Amino acid sequence: MTDNLDNTIPTPCGTEDPGRIKDHFELFQTDEYKELFAYKRQFEGAHDPEKIAEIGEWTKSWEYREKNFARESLTINPVKACQPLGALFVAAGFEETLPYSHGSQGCVAYFRSHLTRNYKEPFQAVSSSMTEDAAVFGGLNNLKQGLENAYTLYKPKMIALCTTCMAEVIGDDIGAYIATAKNEGHIPEDFPVPCAHTPSFVGSHITGYDNMLKGILTTLTKDKKAETTNGKYNFNLGFDPYVGNTRELKRILDLFGIDHTILSDNSDAFDSPNTGEFKMYNGLTTLEAAGDSINAEGSFFFQKYTTPKSQEFLAKEGGQKTYNFRPFGIRGTDEFLMNLSTITGKPIPQELQVERGRAIDAMTDSQSWVHGKRVAVYGDPDHVITLINLLLEFGAEPVHVLTGTLNEPFAAEAREILAASPYGKDATVWCGKDLWHLRSLLFTEPVDLLIGNSYGKFLSRDTGTPLLRIGYPIFDRHHMHRYATLGYQGALNQITWLVNAFLEEADAKTGVVGQDISFDLIR
Amino acid sequence: MTTVDDRKELIQEVLEAYPAKAKKLRSKHLDVHAEGESDCGAKSNKKSVPGVMTTRGCAFAGAKGVVYGPIKDMIHVSHGPVGCGYYSWAGRRNYYTGTTGVDSFGTMQFTSDFQERDIVFGGDKKLAKLIDEAEELFPLNQGTTIESECPVGLIGDDIEAVARAKAKETGKPVIPVRCEGFRGVSQSLGHHIANDTVRDWVLPKADDYRKLPEGFEPGPYDVNIIGDYNIGGDAWPSRKLLEAIGLRVLCHFSGDGTFNEVVMTPLAKINLIHCYRSMNYICRFMEEKYGIGWMEYNFFGPTQIAKSLRKIAEQFDDVIQAKVEEVITSHQARVDQIIAKYRPRLEGKTVMIMVGGLRPRHVIPAFEDLGMNVIGTGYEFGHGDDYKRTLEYVNDGTVIYDDVSGYEFEEFAKQLKPDLIASGVKEKYVFQKMAVPFRQMHSWDYSGPYHGYEGFEVFARDMDLAINNPTWGLVKTPWEQ
Repeated sequence: MTDNLDNTIPTPCGTEDPGRIKDHFELFQTDEYKELFAYKRQFEGAHDPEKIAEIGEWTKSWEYREKNFARESLTINPVKACQPLGALFVAAGFEETLPYSHGSQGCVAYFRSHLTRNYKEPFQAVSSSMTEDAAVFGGLNNLKQGLENAYTLYKPKMIALCTTCMAEVIGDDIGAYIATAKNEGHIPEDFPVPCAHTPSFVGSHITGYDNMLKGILTTLTKDKKAETTNGKYNFNLGFDPYVGNTRELKRILDLFGIDHTILSDNSDAFDSPNTGEFKMYNGLTTLEAAGDSINAEGSFFFQKYTTPKSQEFLAKEGGQKTYNFRPFGIRGTDEFLMNLSTITGKPIPQELQVERGRAIDAMTDSQSWVHGKRVAVYGDPDHVITLINLLLEFGAEPVHVLTGTLNEPFAAEAREILAASPYGKDATVWCGKDLWHLRSLLFTEPVDLLIGNSYGKFLSRDTGTPLLRIGYPIFDRHHMHRYATLGYQGALNQITWLVNAFLEEADAKTGVVGQDISFDLIR
Repeated sequence: MTTVDDRKELIQEVLEAYPAKAKKLRSKHLDVHAEGESDCGAKSNKKSVPGVMTTRGCAFAGAKGVVYGPIKDMIHVSHGPVGCGYYSWAGRRNYYTGTTGVDSFGTMQFTSDFQERDIVFGGDKKLAKLIDEAEELFPLNQGTTIESECPVGLIGDDIEAVARAKAKETGKPVIPVRCEGFRGVSQSLGHHIANDTVRDWVLPKADDYRKLPEGFEPGPYDVNIIGDYNIGGDAWPSRKLLEAIGLRVLCHFSGDGTFNEVVMTPLAKINLIHCYRSMNYICRFMEEKYGIGWMEYNFFGPTQIAKSLRKIAEQFDDVIQAKVEEVITSHQARVDQIIAKYRPRLEGKTVMIMVGGLRPRHVIPAFEDLGMNVIGTGYEFGHGDDYKRTLEYVNDGTVIYDDVSGYEFEEFAKQLKPDLIASGVKEKYVFQKMAVPFRQMHSWDYSGPYHGYEGFEVFARDMDLAINNPTWGLVKTPWEQ
């Protein structure tokens, strides 16, 4: 083997250079392949092109929209994943923690692939690999073996266990199973194995996030409640795909000088450095700090609709005050910082005030390109609220606001925010809907910009609406998760993306050879 | 680490990390190939060991993701909770032509999105209703497949009854696929189950469903392409080659295929099968039922392309045989150019492979065409017949690993120090953190096609850019020893 770390590129020798190699981008646009496609069509039993065009037009109509919204059973292109994804996501933030999914093994392959494709990072998790016999007899044996093997082979400090729908439907009692595994000596008695029931047929990935976080806190804080508080504050970001946000929050807290615990800090788990060595565990929240979180002065949560059970736990068991803020956009960050200052008794650092001024400055510079623009937004409830807040501050007009889960309190809050702004009065909030519903909305009531995850690219193509990728997953743009969207710095990032999305679109629409109209050098 | 014995010792060392029972189980799946042995020595198609990081997926992934998903003009319903379909949505790069959402549905994700009440009361009514809704919204669909997720099989739903009733009502095929994820040990059973539903639900009615091209007469050169999923467009250069040698391709099953093509299959003279693992079942059935022969071929790299074309030609007359020689000759100059450019850059580089059920053997010769040596290979979900077929491809001392765990794969790589690892997305970033060049061999790492002569050019370019990537030289921090 040649050492990759001292790589030198050999000079190509041989004959004539073969020139440009055509891969799928070019190859299938050539006449040869166009002919191949045309010839193949006779075998396809395809419909008449006129009929296809006619139906294609019909799918854009109000009539189609009504039929589309009359759906009761079919979901098309959903805006949500299932519980265990969120459970694995939160577990990865704890020190040397191995996420474990109890049930059939295909699920874990899907979760790992999905997270990996978003972050371009390894994601390590195991499964009980249950098959037909476990469906009949239950998963106890699989769980005992699974825990023993995972513990021995991967030497974690904690295994965070969630369930798949298979285990839930057959009714596996995971709490009792874990106790049995310990009693029989498969893993040590004192080895922490927090668990959570995360059936895929209830809620979504954000529900799983909450269930697993509560499970972890329940296990780690057991018998840790002290007489006095520890002087620290807990912070939780929820199912927030931006690792830059955790880092930005820590920077802000350090500027304040606030002693804190992040529940859970998975920023390195999803963004670890390349050092030439693979490190399996990168969760930054120590088990000790997580255990001591029960004694904090209070806990801040940034995703209210993601974390109800975890909040209830800390309030009830820890006797703590829980605070809900959304430090995104300008006013959301203002509110958070002012309250943080009041609660902790520490002044807002001057540096943050300067950053605020810079973000406002940027916004003012760009606002003419954004003000009055019609926007559609979709994603998880809390995520969507932060986006509409930012859009309204900018004078952009949210028109379609859509989430994949039913959540009445969210809908009420979103409607209130929108109604309170002159820019939000034409907006409609849609809950429990999917991207095929959104397709009809975009055709019948067009907008200037769509904000969502990578799955939105199909909508963008079909409807000709430019897509700004903010959310999870982002598979087809690189490194977006490394940026912050939180705080004034995060606002500045989002302001930049937003205005440039409109500017890119302006160039795309006006860059026509044969005329020089509106294709401005200076914008 | 060159000899068979050294490598056998390495396997023993790696196994030491397991508890006794797991060690015993895993030891049967690892071996080193020695010349003259009659098989690869690795057990396969057994349950994965719980708690050990397998790369395997499930039967649903095999049925929906592989066999049925690429049939572009049908609606494939991920029947059960939202996750399975969501994670497998549009991720496999099965390219197709068509208007998505109108007459084609390949990159869409249809699900019954089970809620608690569906688990309690059963999902059959919901399923029936959603087929009606799909029919109304997508009138040009050519049928529906129902891919069951775990809960469906556990709560006792009768999806076959729903399928029968709806097929009758709509006059279109509705195919129930019992591919719950807990069935079997990997994706592989899902392939088999899906193949069986083609046998039981599609082919018996093929004559009724079939729409023949205008003026169609069966001919002596009619073939089907079976088991090419058109990843990055793979099936198209393959089709082009087959057409160039004078054959007529009736069907792609399933990459860029349609339902009509599937029901055209019994009209062909021979089934040409690329992915043996996932589609051998239906080929065997068609041989029994219709007397249609089947033949495996390999379109990775010029050596195997030429060999396969000649083998295919042997099934036909001298017209085809003469054309095959012409086609091979016509590509030779370009192949020589590609090899002249890339071989000096890749000569002697070593590779470890771990993919699904075909490529761990099929791509070896393409690497060898570039002067590279494969020192380890294994399948995620291969069977004994795959390992038998692997024998002709591997050299003395090649490490064979079946359903390799993350731990084993990492340890083998640390010791064997390959210049390239060719595996899947879950493995990619582990090895890249170890500064080992990597290419995804399921998705072609968003590149492709890799099949056929044109595909080989892309393959050669991609292997070069992975190995001779200048960023590897940046990994070491210069001020650290």
